[in-house]
Amino acid sequence: MNEPLDGAGPTPDATLRRTASPTFRLLASPIGRLAVITVLIFVALALLAPSRFVSVGNLTSMAFQFPEFALLSLAMMLAMLTGGIDLSVVGIANLSAILAGLALHAAGPEASAGTATLAIGAAIVVSLAVGAVCGVINGLTIGRFALPPILATLGSGLIYTGLGVAITGGSAVLGFPAAFAIIGNGSLGIVPVPLILFAVAAVGVAFLLGRTAYGIRIELLGTNPLASRFAGIDDFMVTVKTYVLSGMLAALAGLVVMSRANSAKADYGSSYMLLSILICVLGGINPNGGFGKVSGLVLAVLSLQFLSSGLNMLQVSNFAREFIWGGLLLIVMVVNTFELVRHRR
Amino acid sequence: MPDVPAPFIVLDHLVKTFAGVKALTDVGFSIAPGEVVCLAGENGSGKSTLIKILAGAQAPDDGTITIDGRVHHRLGPRAAVAAGIQVIFQDFSLFPNLTVAENIAFSTSLAAGSRWVRRGRMREIAAAALARVGVTIDLDTPVEKLAVADKQLVAISRALVSDARLIIMDEPTSALTEREVRALIAIIRRLKGDGVAVLFVSHKLAEIFEVCEKIVVLRNGRKVIEAPAAEFDPATLAFHMTGRRFEPAPPTPGSTDAPPILEAAHLTRAGQLDDVGFTLHAGEVLGITGLLGSGRTQLAKALFGLTPIDSGTIRICGRDIAIRSPRAAIAAGIGYVPEDRLTEGLFLAQSIGRNIAVGRLDAHAGFAGILDRPAYATEIDQWLERLRIAAPDAATPVQSLSGGNQQRVVLARWLATNPKILILNGPTVGVDVGSKSDIHAIVAGLAAAGMGLIVISDDVPEILAVSHRILVMKAGRIVDTFAGGAIGEADLARRLAS
Repeated sequence: MNEPLDGAGPTPDATLRRTASPTFRLLASPIGRLAVITVLIFVALALLAPSRFVSVGNLTSMAFQFPEFALLSLAMMLAMLTGGIDLSVVGIANLSAILAGLALHAAGPEASAGTATLAIGAAIVVSLAVGAVCGVINGLTIGRFALPPILATLGSGLIYTGLGVAITGGSAVLGFPAAFAIIGNGSLGIVPVPLILFAVAAVGVAFLLGRTAYGIRIELLGTNPLASRFAGIDDFMVTVKTYVLSGMLAALAGLVVMSRANSAKADYGSSYMLLSILICVLGGINPNGGFGKVSGLVLAVLSLQFLSSGLNMLQVSNFAREFIWGGLLLIVMVVNTFELVRHRR
Repeated sequence: MPDVPAPFIVLDHLVKTFAGVKALTDVGFSIAPGEVVCLAGENGSGKSTLIKILAGAQAPDDGTITIDGRVHHRLGPRAAVAAGIQVIFQDFSLFPNLTVAENIAFSTSLAAGSRWVRRGRMREIAAAALARVGVTIDLDTPVEKLAVADKQLVAISRALVSDARLIIMDEPTSALTEREVRALIAIIRRLKGDGVAVLFVSHKLAEIFEVCEKIVVLRNGRKVIEAPAAEFDPATLAFHMTGRRFEPAPPTPGSTDAPPILEAAHLTRAGQLDDVGFTLHAGEVLGITGLLGSGRTQLAKALFGLTPIDSGTIRICGRDIAIRSPRAAIAAGIGYVPEDRLTEGLFLAQSIGRNIAVGRLDAHAGFAGILDRPAYATEIDQWLERLRIAAPDAATPVQSLSGGNQQRVVLARWLATNPKILILNGPTVGVDVGSKSDIHAIVAGLAAAGMGLIVISDDVPEILAVSHRILVMKAGRIVDTFAGGAIGEADLARRLAS
């Protein structure tokens, strides 16, 4: 009578794993499949546009493009792991960038090196602090007032965006010290600074989830909130902390966007919200909570970036691109669901 | 058997396997129109799987179901209803916010493809069904306001409305008082007179004899015996269900001069607990029993801070402690093995290791909350070994374990926190017989080592087997106290249901 009730977890058949060939093993796990898909996409585009796709120029350009939405996806992932979702990530990114942008604007484009450094430091602190405060608000409404995360963050996201519009009157905040461009456009050697920021954040989140007591609590809470209560997990604190972290990652994404655009505006990156959900689900983060790996998320980011740049080169229209993204998402989810169903039988 | 009418339904060689485990092996029997059959078996014997197959919720891997001479290899839910099979589950599957009339008439309106809600027609249908059962319940009362026994009557009426020819009742008496059980038996007789067959599914013994003509016993997914009810007595039935002769040894009496470890006084929570007081000594196993809804689970939840008390005092080791949350209870040294292991006790899809270590995360977290992984893994392995949890490794999802092993995982979680008091609510529900006696042995061992234990259960033999003292609850109050061994099984069962 104890057949598994809910196959929400990654439960690849253990015996299959041990006995099957390496290829089969690779394809048996969602992350393995995604890795294969990512490589296939890369190879296909490299064959279709050999000179352009695998050029230093294109590879560098892609490395500058994806960190901003990859950071937003990390923020989304944390909320999803608790069994929630954070629809306010883009609102937080823009609001925090606007407030930070006001500090930068105060210094102005012709600021001396000293003033510019001070202003950039202040901007980073302001941005992360705003992200944290927005996260606390999300965490309180979800953890204390028990609103469904999807509604709580839909509402708060509108408020954050609205505040951004109110502060700026809808126009862009401009006129930053030139040095601020380093965050979005600079390179350390040949490695783009935004890529470094994302790498540090991704490794940090992976470490947090895999190696700390808090990380395990996030995944347990996301698996079964009722059992968490019965096990004495402080679900309120875990929820608040997670949305704060999510808010700060969103704010970091906001800084990168602002630096790349050399401006801040309330409606930047509005397509990123759905994109970050798509990346999480594609990357194997369980939308019901409890399961997901940063490595899956990174693979999903890469495969979408490859597709996006490659199709752009092949002069496929933007509509077709979204069509392909949506198709990819559905196919991966159907394959993963099939696997879960098979295991349940 | 010459005078037996043509059977309504014949099950033949049914087989069902879940993930390599055989839930049913070659099970077959038949039910005649108007016949009352009892399907008996312990938890895990395959009863629920058989019900699900009859209800069309699951397809058998092999075997046939013959209804009125037509052979089916599987039934869908709609085919089952069309054939006249209705299942009344333990939770009755009613809509709590809808009225009695709506609940009874809902499925027929649905089946008739009616697009509009026709209240007048609904009330007629509902009134007719209730009249057939022979009871009167106000048609306009929302079902959530009804007592348990009335909800059951609503469910039975709804089954009749759908032209039921076989009504399957899953543990129909687990929440009923003795008087209500009598009323139910009278209703079953009435249905029988109408030619409606009843399959009574239960693991309780006494109530079975009175009403059934035939008893089918399942054990480990196999039919062990099928015979007229007259050929059984409680001892032979228990033997067939468990495969063992039981001589439950009463536990060695706890020393009453041990210091009190938990003193509860005047615990009250509106509508749930009414002036409950008791004392638990170190090294004692206190059994608390009562029907569903008697307040037995509410008491456990109050002590563990899940639904804190409105008034009253809880003293632990002589100190007054306000328990407002599970974390406060855990800090005070209380552990709680909950009633519903699958939803309350376990993180099913997560690993065995995490399920065990969840209470010890802080103990293994060093600087910045970083886990000391070797120490963490070592402790998990130690618990797997100490409670003899049969698992390939600690990374396996806990949902792949059997009920008995799952319950040991929950036990290991609490034992790892080294509690002074452990509350076990229904510790052996859904656990196989072997694990059951192991869990009882673990309970006895913990008491011998000085822990105070509270075992809550409606399984009377279990309460008798483990408790040094027994409290009986009813309507949120403690109504009886017995010393262990001072009362027999039949007497206690009667006190429970009276």
